[in-house]
Amino acid sequence: MLRKNDTTGKLIVVEGIDGSGKSTQIDLLYKWLLRAGYSVYFSEWNSSALVKSTTKAAKKAKTFTPTTFSILHCTDFADRWENSIYPLLKAGVIVLADRYAFTAFARDVARGVDPEWVRNMYSFAIMPDAALYFRVPLDIAVERITSARASLKYYEAGMDLGLSENINQSFELFQGRILNEYDKMVDEFGLTMIDGTKSVKEQQKKVRSIIKKILVGFEGLPNPNHMPISVTNIQAAKSKKGDSK
Amino acid sequence: MNKAMFYGAGFPYRDFGKLTGKLIVLEGSDGVGRSTQVKKLRAWLEEEGYAVSDTGLTRSELTAAGLEVAKSGHTLGPITMSLFYAADFADRLENQIIPALQAGFVVLSDRYFYSVIARDSLRGVNRSWSKQLYGIALRPDLVLYMKASITTLATRLIHGRGLNFWEAGMDLHLADNLYDSFVNYQNLIREQFEILSDEYNFMTIDADRSPDEIFEDLKTPILELLHNRLTKGKKPK
Repeated sequence: MLRKNDTTGKLIVVEGIDGSGKSTQIDLLYKWLLRAGYSVYFSEWNSSALVKSTTKAAKKAKTFTPTTFSILHCTDFADRWENSIYPLLKAGVIVLADRYAFTAFARDVARGVDPEWVRNMYSFAIMPDAALYFRVPLDIAVERITSARASLKYYEAGMDLGLSENINQSFELFQGRILNEYDKMVDEFGLTMIDGTKSVKEQQKKVRSIIKKILVGFEGLPNPNHMPISVTNIQAAKSKKGDSK
Repeated sequence: MNKAMFYGAGFPYRDFGKLTGKLIVLEGSDGVGRSTQVKKLRAWLEEEGYAVSDTGLTRSELTAAGLEVAKSGHTLGPITMSLFYAADFADRLENQIIPALQAGFVVLSDRYFYSVIARDSLRGVNRSWSKQLYGIALRPDLVLYMKASITTLATRLIHGRGLNFWEAGMDLHLADNLYDSFVNYQNLIREQFEILSDEYNFMTIDADRSPDEIFEDLKTPILELLHNRLTKGKKPK
């Protein structure tokens, strides 16, 4: 359902449940690639300034349904896709994404939306050159998250599903469902599984060896000053209201 | 309508039970007089004793503010814009339209997702993608397509709220001025509606006539529907 990469850039994504350690790994990868002299861009899930105001308000008011939650997260992704990810890939940049369409396929389906419907919604995006799935058993991930955070958030814990009135228990049940969806996608999309219970250093070694293979013969966009790329969309608040009515 | 019928999977995590109301959609270009007719229809139906709820594109509280900002900024890509509209649609469908239908209301919808597909197709959004996205949509009981000539549309708008940037499709760079762009854009939109009319089985209403005449033409199929006399051929696909 995802298109082939038709650009000269490379797309590398990390996936996994909360507490799988993927963000740590992609951060190390990002710095390593930058030091190696590549043009690299990092994009994070749920970070479009334009969509943020909407999702923030809805999260606060708890007015999301599984469908609106799903569509608005795709809206956020589409904004980043159209304004930064895709044009930068076209330019020959290595784009790193902390969470990608697979997050939606896992989470939204765990919330009850139709699997085919959500796959179609993201079908404008491409299949990454590397989709690294950091797999950890449920209990380890839950332990990592609950010990690191003062409190869990409503949607993060899947409280909207009414699985349990206890937020910690709801979180565990919800993450279990998501984990199950991820496992199913390993074959469906050919995700590369990485054992998230290994040490950070061991995992990073594995990650780098995979990425090295992908970058054989790759040149990409030059990065003469060895500087990171920052593409920011025009802030929603800054744009003036005009000829919309 | 009894059990909820969707174009695709709908909302698989919810069972809506019986929908005893009726969903009636008014479609048509900008300036065709849809909102005037919705007002007239509402007053008439209430007079007849029906409980009526009306709805229209971008009226969801969830996305209204975001869409306003998005449109004024001109920085949104076509897919992003399309998804913003879909979020608005889904929110109203789940939280407003379907509950009203469960309660036995006649829901008058000033446009439906067909308009969104028409505008998005002209902006390069893949039609089959859009159609699958709207697999969440409930099948209306009746889709009345108000069709008017460009001259009628221009006359109503120029003597009414005026021509605007989006209704003239200025973002498509079809012409160097608002009027020519409007004419070109509305012609393209009409072509889209013709395709959609076949795909979704719209009932076409001649909107080149006076508001009162149009109103009478709209009343006939609505009465047939409400009295369960709507013939099969007229039902939307």
